[in-house]
Amino acid sequence: MEILMSVVIGILFAVAVYLMFSRNIIRVLIGTLLLSHSVHLILFTMAGLQRGAPPLLFLEAEAYADPLPQALILTAIVINFGITAFVSVLVYRTYQEHKTVDLYDLRGEKDE
Amino acid sequence: MTFLHFAVLAPFLFAVLVPFLFKYIRKIHTGWFVLFVPLILFIYFLSFISVTSDGRDELQRMEWVPSLGINFDLYVDGLSLLFALLITGIGTLVILYSIFYLAGKKERLNHFYVYILLFMGAMLGVVLSDNIIVLYVFWEITSISSALLISYWYSKKASVYGAQKSMYITVFGGLSMLGGFSLLYVMAGTFSIREMVGNADVILGHDLFLAAMILVLLGAFTKSAQFPFHIWLPDAMEAPTPVSAYLHSATMVKAGIYLVARMTPVFAGGAEWFWIITSFGIFTMLWGAVSAVRQKDLKAILAFSTVSQLGMIMSLLGAGSAAFYYMDGDNALYTTAILAAIFHLINHATFKGSLFMVAGIVDHETGTRDIRKLGGLMTIMPVTATISFIGLAAMAGLPPFNGFLSKELFFTGITNVVQYDMWNGDTIGMILPVVAWIASIFTFAYSAIIFFRTFRGKFKPEALPVKKVHEAPAGLLISPIVLAVAVLLISIFPNMLAYTIIEPAMMSILPGILSEGSAFYVDIYHWHGINLELMMTAGAVALGIVVYITMDKWSKLGIYQRERDIMTAAYDNGYDLLIKGSQILTRAQMTGMLRDYLVYMLLFIVGIMFYTMFRFEGFHFGMDNASDIDIFMYFILGALVITVLLLPKVNNRMTAIILAGFAGFLVAFIFTVFRAPDLALTQLMVETVSVLLFMAVFYHLPNLTKDDITPLTKTINIVIAGLAGLMVTLVSISAFTFGQTTSLAAISEYYIENSKILAGGYNMVNVVLVDFRGLDTMLELLVLGIAALGVVSLIKLKVRESDDV
Amino acid sequence: MIKEPNDMMFRVFIRMIAIIVVTFSIYLFFSGHNAPGGGFIGGLMSAIAILVIYLVFGIDRIKAALPFNYTYMMSIGLLLAVSTGIISWIAGYPYLKQFFDYFQLPFFGEVELTTALIFDLGVYLLVVGAAMTFILTIVEDDS
Repeated sequence: MEILMSVVIGILFAVAVYLMFSRNIIRVLIGTLLLSHSVHLILFTMAGLQRGAPPLLFLEAEAYADPLPQALILTAIVINFGITAFVSVLVYRTYQEHKTVDLYDLRGEKDE
Repeated sequence: MTFLHFAVLAPFLFAVLVPFLFKYIRKIHTGWFVLFVPLILFIYFLSFISVTSDGRDELQRMEWVPSLGINFDLYVDGLSLLFALLITGIGTLVILYSIFYLAGKKERLNHFYVYILLFMGAMLGVVLSDNIIVLYVFWEITSISSALLISYWYSKKASVYGAQKSMYITVFGGLSMLGGFSLLYVMAGTFSIREMVGNADVILGHDLFLAAMILVLLGAFTKSAQFPFHIWLPDAMEAPTPVSAYLHSATMVKAGIYLVARMTPVFAGGAEWFWIITSFGIFTMLWGAVSAVRQKDLKAILAFSTVSQLGMIMSLLGAGSAAFYYMDGDNALYTTAILAAIFHLINHATFKGSLFMVAGIVDHETGTRDIRKLGGLMTIMPVTATISFIGLAAMAGLPPFNGFLSKELFFTGITNVVQYDMWNGDTIGMILPVVAWIASIFTFAYSAIIFFRTFRGKFKPEALPVKKVHEAPAGLLISPIVLAVAVLLISIFPNMLAYTIIEPAMMSILPGILSEGSAFYVDIYHWHGINLELMMTAGAVALGIVVYITMDKWSKLGIYQRERDIMTAAYDNGYDLLIKGSQILTRAQMTGMLRDYLVYMLLFIVGIMFYTMFRFEGFHFGMDNASDIDIFMYFILGALVITVLLLPKVNNRMTAIILAGFAGFLVAFIFTVFRAPDLALTQLMVETVSVLLFMAVFYHLPNLTKDDITPLTKTINIVIAGLAGLMVTLVSISAFTFGQTTSLAAISEYYIENSKILAGGYNMVNVVLVDFRGLDTMLELLVLGIAALGVVSLIKLKVRESDDV
Repeated sequence: MIKEPNDMMFRVFIRMIAIIVVTFSIYLFFSGHNAPGGGFIGGLMSAIAILVIYLVFGIDRIKAALPFNYTYMMSIGLLLAVSTGIISWIAGYPYLKQFFDYFQLPFFGEVELTTALIFDLGVYLLVVGAAMTFILTIVEDDS
């Protein structure tokens, strides 16, 4: 399972990177979204996708899934939400000001 | 924190007060308050003479970063005391002089005195620190304060140029020196100079010895303006004259000398140390003297003369290091060079200090320092002329002045090299006295030029900016007179300093090589009979006179007109090249395209990852403990892959959002399957809110269009993206396999065991978030809050492109 | 952004759903320490409930009905989270050390009360505030 998962993560990452190479800033935004998904899944897979019980002690199971990566990913998801929100608003404002979403046209001066 | 520590820090502490004194007490010149700092410190350090002249020393400890072995330990021995006395003594006179020199109402005295005090404290720190890291910190502060003082009149372009130049060169040297110090630490295992001296044998045999030595010497040579790094010193003459007298002749430029002297017990004893220092020193002496003759600006002559004299002292320190080879301190044959170095160091501080002050007076009273415009000032400024005569005669090495005494010792020390029967001293060593002698001819010549072109000859009032030229006010004259008197005193009673100052300083440069109970031979006499040294002096004076008399002839030559140093051109071109090169590099790299930056980063990361995997066998693959695959997972993962692969093709923005959201929900589903209810819930919520947010944003945005890129770029993009994906897959597999095969215990066990006991919660994920790793969560909240504030300010404040943020 | 829809059934239905969602989110928040849930999840769910109401009824009417200043809500949340940490600090424990104990309360029986709950309340308030701020600022910006 972990091997298959790793392959899927690789595809996710590749597509995310490819989207981020785009000249269209909206595609870049979607790319970052996918990138974060793939990173969360890596963290998740690294610890092993054991089929223990969920990390809830009242289940009184023999083995539990590893709680630490889960806590880390939870933090990452929320931070990523904040960043996605900020970037999307940035895109929105950029379009308002410049009337373009093409990164080629949004470049700075040559001699900056 | 002892009184000694306080003494070093006192200038810094007082510097804090200076701006207030300047602001609230405008009636009294700020310099009068500052004057007390060096004066009191000078008297304080005088009290140490009784300690060091008995051959004792004093060490005061204070912990700073004990875990790294960096302690603010201060150490007073003969050498550091000599420098401390110079710093505070000359400092007192210079500040007194500056009070009258910077008497204008518009001078920014608060800046000036803060910088001067900063420098004074840093310089005391340099010479008193036992710890090389502390020494380095103070060393860099002297570079900074020097640059600030050079650019004191910062509206002048030349000032800023000079300040930058001195900063670049000395900081370059300082960083090299730090590298050398680090190597020393690697070798000796300590930052303390005293302990290093104790471990000198270990260092001497170490592989890194030569590298450390060269790096430390780079620091010393840049600071003490040795060829080819001397070029910053003439440009530093844009500083106000008190600064030139203080930093750029008497103290700061001698920090390099101090460092070489201080490190002599650590490094000396080998041919490299001897030849590097001696040859660079002697060549600098010649180069400086020859350059000085070509200058037309009084201060420029003095600057090159300082370069020359510093080279001379440096070469003496090199020549004297032979004493370590022979381990024989009783034989004057080897130690005379060190004696001459210390003695000349003192003499140079006295006469060069007074000469700079005189140059300042001439500039102040006539408005120019150009020797082509000056002349005939002897009758108008008799006191100034007398002071300069004493100083110049000492510099030229005329008897009976102190310069003569140290010049004679210098010749003795340098001719002794011929008698050393090692390191080719008796063959190549023959060059040293010859070069020294040629340099002395030019030394005499430029001393004569200064005196005769300024004070004799025809008075040309029409060429001077100031119409009514008269003698300087008494205040300006006090300090140079004191220094001239010091010159005379040392000239008449040279042995006054012999066993109080010079001998203890020699003890610290050459420790442990004297036989029990004996002392260095430091008796200094005017008359040794007619010997080689006297003949050399006489010859140098005679030829020097010839050079001066024929000046009218050779001054028509092209070389006389070219005042700028050749090395300056090298510096300027190198500087331009550096700027242009980095501009080209920046332009090539900083294209302003997000894609290009990402390509750079990813190529680097992918490259380094693959390299590591193959080089260090970082790739692991194992199926152990891998969990089984349920059939339905193929559908889930297949759906995820298809969704994701469709995304780049989609051109409708709303479709894109829905697909992205769908991918997010699938991820949430994966979390559910693999026993992470909290994650699944969070992911679902976040995905929902994100989709709503995107709806709101994308509603205002245009539809997606096909990217306008060449097929080649597209192929490159696909290849790099594919490589990145492959890298991530391999990393993920390796990390998993490594985690399963390693015998290290997972920290998660701790959380599983203690969630209930320590935090009273059954949901381990939540307990980790709010309790065990609460700080992480709090910082995460901060990130979220900042992002929200950012959104609000982006929208509500409406910063325009033209606005300066 | 969204013109007021005038579908009666839809509105009534959404109103009910929103109430259920908010209630559920509060349950998730409180149960977070011992079961799936907690400040993040509860907060996001509450935010979704409020957003759904916004979608259906339009901004202006809800602004009148729910007069929250979400920026203040965020600051209060952050302040709560920080202050629970400071209290344990003042008491001589490491920063952010949490305490818990069991109490007998009328009606509820034995209840576990923890300072972590206050911290989590801070998380909850901040998440609701931030999520609402993100979306409302965009929606309101119709320039």
